[in-house]
Amino acid sequence: MLNKYPLWKYLLILLVIALGVIYALPNLYPDDPALQLSTQKSTTVVDQRTLATAEKALQDAGIELKEAEVTSAGGTLRFNSGEDQLAAKPVISAALGESYVVALNLVPTTPDWLSSIGAGPAKLGLDLRGGVHFLLEVDTPAALKQRLDVAASEMKNAMRTERIRYRSVEVSNNAVMSIRFLREADQQAALDVLEDQFPEYVYNTTDSGNEFFVDVSFTEAASAEVEAYALQQNLTTLRNRVNELGVAEPLVQRQGSNRIVVELPGVQDTAAAKRIIGATANLEFRLEAGLDANAGDVDTLTFRDGSGRTARLERDIIITGDSVSDASSSFDENGRPQVNISLDGKGGSQMARVTRTAVGRNMAVVFIEHKSRSRFVEGEDGKVTEVRRSYSERGIISLATIQTTLGNSFRITGLDSPRESSELALLLRAGALAAPIYFVEERTIGPSLGAENIRLGVLSAQIGLLVVMAFMLVYYKVFGLFANISLGLNIVLLMACMSLMSATLTLPGIAGIVLTMGMAVDANVLIFSRIREELKAGLPSQQAIHSGFNRAFTTILDANITTLLVAVILFAVGTGPVKGFAVTLSLGILTSMFTAIVVTRAQINLVYGGRKNKRLFI
Amino acid sequence: MNIKFMAMRKIVAMFSMALVLISLGSLAVKGLKFGLDFTGGSLIEVQYSVAPQLDDVRTLLADGDYSDVTVQNFGSSTDVVVRMGNAYTPTLGDEVLSTLRNNGDVDVELMRSEYVGGQVGEELREQGGLGMLLALVIVMVYVAVRFQFKFSVASVVALAHDVIITLGIFSLFDFEFDLTVLAAILAVIGYSLNDTIVVCDRIRENFRIMRDTPPTELINDSINQTLDRTIITSMTTLFVLLVLFFYGGESIHNFSLALLIGVLIGTYSSIFVAANLLLAQNITREDLVPAPKEELEDDMP
Repeated sequence: MLNKYPLWKYLLILLVIALGVIYALPNLYPDDPALQLSTQKSTTVVDQRTLATAEKALQDAGIELKEAEVTSAGGTLRFNSGEDQLAAKPVISAALGESYVVALNLVPTTPDWLSSIGAGPAKLGLDLRGGVHFLLEVDTPAALKQRLDVAASEMKNAMRTERIRYRSVEVSNNAVMSIRFLREADQQAALDVLEDQFPEYVYNTTDSGNEFFVDVSFTEAASAEVEAYALQQNLTTLRNRVNELGVAEPLVQRQGSNRIVVELPGVQDTAAAKRIIGATANLEFRLEAGLDANAGDVDTLTFRDGSGRTARLERDIIITGDSVSDASSSFDENGRPQVNISLDGKGGSQMARVTRTAVGRNMAVVFIEHKSRSRFVEGEDGKVTEVRRSYSERGIISLATIQTTLGNSFRITGLDSPRESSELALLLRAGALAAPIYFVEERTIGPSLGAENIRLGVLSAQIGLLVVMAFMLVYYKVFGLFANISLGLNIVLLMACMSLMSATLTLPGIAGIVLTMGMAVDANVLIFSRIREELKAGLPSQQAIHSGFNRAFTTILDANITTLLVAVILFAVGTGPVKGFAVTLSLGILTSMFTAIVVTRAQINLVYGGRKNKRLFI
Repeated sequence: MNIKFMAMRKIVAMFSMALVLISLGSLAVKGLKFGLDFTGGSLIEVQYSVAPQLDDVRTLLADGDYSDVTVQNFGSSTDVVVRMGNAYTPTLGDEVLSTLRNNGDVDVELMRSEYVGGQVGEELREQGGLGMLLALVIVMVYVAVRFQFKFSVASVVALAHDVIITLGIFSLFDFEFDLTVLAAILAVIGYSLNDTIVVCDRIRENFRIMRDTPPTELINDSINQTLDRTIITSMTTLFVLLVLFFYGGESIHNFSLALLIGVLIGTYSSIFVAANLLLAQNITREDLVPAPKEELEDDMP
């Protein structure tokens, strides 16, 4: 018989629909504003006692708490409103102290039976949720230069050991080291030694009559390796820092060969986030130079307190901030900010070895910040380009007499403010960046704009759906009703797919769903106008339905595959919100093909199938 | 109902060419008004609790150390967008906000702040252009494989026609072209192609069924047969786009505008342009229906 589906087909369709409804369901439960409690250290844990302290503090401050629970990742405190959540954050931070990280978060309220089968709401993009998006570029030329700087001192040592006399060693900004000699014999001798001991570099010799040069640069493989290492190291450091910031669900991801994307949903204090993410501060510990020290081995640095005082320090660095294994900020007995530092094993023994022979001398803690200055330069073709120059700022934080041999834990004082001490402690814990980074893109979306975008998106989706449904009903009557049911199911399936894939929903993404509504009925329109044509040509109703579906099928397939191809390109080209549009558009095409062809057919078969020449309301 | 679309083909062709020429002219002379995504720069959107005088805002900012400041309303009289050519500093957004607050006298809330580096913008422009070309090439290949080469030329030229005119209107009326508009244009390619394919599909089918009809008449019939569907789908799509345009909020305003224009042009081009181009290439039945195989006759005794 024409137009009858076997029972299993109906059951299969029902199963798909049921699954769609179940997995789309979590999107109906709104997220709770919450605070996420976690710890960075293994010695402290979030437990019922921590929660009790927090609850007590909230009670004292008169903030209502909805629910508190201990989770595998720490603790979660749920609130009734965003205002309560914001007001509670400083209260909790103060009550729990520094060893806990308190982060703003949105926690799904999906019922347990749904989350136990892996259902959850679709993720919201930054434009719907609010937050910050950074695109950072790693300054790879600076990374190469830093590596050459280190190599320069090693090479000097090597030449000194071989008693080769060189005049000067200079590292230029474009990663070329130039060693100057007065005699050609020295140049040749140096070349032999260096090529033998440092094979990862390329050596070129030049001379200008009375002076002889060896130019050192990286081999292609070595420079690629340095760049890759710098990027990897920076990724790790940024992840640590973002974790220290205590952001829930952050994203730190590599993009292209030298860029890093950082997304921090829900962050309110963007200035602090930027300061900490972009900071390139590090520490150096050095001895003060003796009066008889060789002028070439001495740096004269100023103090950071603005007093203009200077001190002469030895060039040799005892250790840097990289040897710090843990750091925390607190106050000394006079209430001034201080940073307590623990060194790792290697750093500790190095520190002990140097300070043992230097008791009574002064040791300086030097604060270094790598910065870059950008200038706009007009080229010959009139095009303005941005030129970046990186430079370092060094300043002495403290200069104190070494009273005894220092081990692997001590403290430093002389910082300006508690904020500076806690940020320095954070940076020392999280590690230094291997190469300077700078911001090439930043987008901040305030939470109220996010909420507004959701409201507008949902509103236009509702109106759009109503308009399309009304139109289909008027134009195609009963068949219009079938199409409308399919359209509704299409949206349910689309949301279910988004949630299952945990794809990110953005405002253009919602626009994509709305657009899909307009376009999804196309398949049904194609089928229905075919059926009308066949009826007009005098076919009996069952044949008309049958051939209407069959003949429209290839058209629908061709039309949708081409649109899908374009959507895939859109996904590849687009960034952020636009990607969200591409995702909903392509998923919408796929689900609409299923609903418009299979589900509509099932409804028509149920109502009209297998009966004799019934009149069609189309 | 049988409208003689192909009788108008010369006039329509002139009309289309005129539109394309005007668009290309405007694109060449005026260019597109690229948004922040493509040019780079800084932008800050704020919301006042009481609608401010834009001139006051300008005066306030003129005293600060900012270059190339433009101040505009964004969707409503309380929403204000400030754009500036300043080099990026991490604290720019907060500085501007505190300037606007004027020592706390005015209630202003930061809605969003954006900064895009010049280089990023330039890369995005290249990438966007490449994406559009790639989309056209892939479509061309697909249609050539599924249909036939003449169809593929016709649909790609029709798509290029839609894209150029949509871009031309954006250029002519100084609508801002940002990343979402680029997305809209690619979606237009998808939509318009969908429309064109439906018409082409019918033309192919008719070439197989209606053996004695001359091509002009056959194409005309095909367009009339699909007209019902073309108009209804365009209408439902236009409905939802109008809803997005009016209710979707300022940030997807230009996105829905580009889609509206694109869908209108796309509908027009799938009725007039693609079919017209098929005729211009002298499409015949032999292009689609393979000639009877000779071997069969060899087998005859």
